[in-house]
Amino acid sequence: MLQLYAAELHSRLLLGSARYPSPAVLSAAVRAARCEIVTVSLRRESAGERAGQGFWSLIRELGVRVLPNTAGCHSVKEAVTTAHMAREVFGTAWIKLEVIGEDDTLQPDVFALTDAARVLAAEGFEVFPYTTEDLVVAERLLAAGCRVLMPWGAPIGSGRGLNNLFGLKALRAHFPDVPLIIDAGMGVPSHAAQALELGFDAVLVNTAIAEARDPVQMAAAFAQALEAGYAARAAGPIEPRDFAAPSTPLIGTAFRG
Amino acid sequence: MRILVNGDLHESTGAGLAALLQQLGYGESIVTTALNGEFVAVAARATTPLRDGDRVEVLAPMQGG
Repeated sequence: MLQLYAAELHSRLLLGSARYPSPAVLSAAVRAARCEIVTVSLRRESAGERAGQGFWSLIRELGVRVLPNTAGCHSVKEAVTTAHMAREVFGTAWIKLEVIGEDDTLQPDVFALTDAARVLAAEGFEVFPYTTEDLVVAERLLAAGCRVLMPWGAPIGSGRGLNNLFGLKALRAHFPDVPLIIDAGMGVPSHAAQALELGFDAVLVNTAIAEARDPVQMAAAFAQALEAGYAARAAGPIEPRDFAAPSTPLIGTAFRG
Repeated sequence: MRILVNGDLHESTGAGLAALLQQLGYGESIVTTALNGEFVAVAARATTPLRDGDRVEVLAPMQGG
């Protein structure tokens, strides 16, 4: 069972809701993934088009928890105001806190991130910070009141998997009791399985599923990979060796001696 | 009174934020608002006055990762 703040969840897949070919495919992907948390955002609403109204109806029909993000924010003030707006419209204290510091890599501005996290946690928000694998930043975010961390695997939408294995392993080892969700960079289900094999608690996937040729099939594939990765972690993987170690016993080998 | 709403200039005929939203046709839409970068809750819209040159954001749920 995965615990994120007071919520207890069975699924270890958080699904982003953007970039799907159609709302129907998004709905089918959510069901295929059997996910319980879907990320959502806020955008300017045109009174004429009212695009957001239909989307919100669709999400509510799915019966999932929503995790609103502050995507696109570049400052503490923008992120805090967006969080206030999200709490009102989505009716949740959860906020996936993103403060972007660099536009080519969408790398988080970890200084603004920790400042915004402190403000929001003090106001009762349950903050899910999109961060790097930096240990010191992680310490600061926990001190600011975060109870979950979301380190990146690779830049958002890049599909490169876990870029810095050493750093991510160190983060996992350093904070054994903090729920850690790999957010961003997943490309294929094996990346997600690897994250759970390393002991991460969950992954958030958007582009790798939404832009697959068949998003529904890919959603199911990610769900299966996460189950396999979680089971493998629980089963205790062997340590890699530098040299061969024969799996067949040597005692009684024919033609020797 | 000229108000910048979601980056577009509008001439407001009403007295406050709630009146502006009605005038622009948001009606009963589920939206959330900010005035000059500060969140304005639903309950406060009717008592939030506007001034010439104010910047209003009207946001709604949207897909996100």
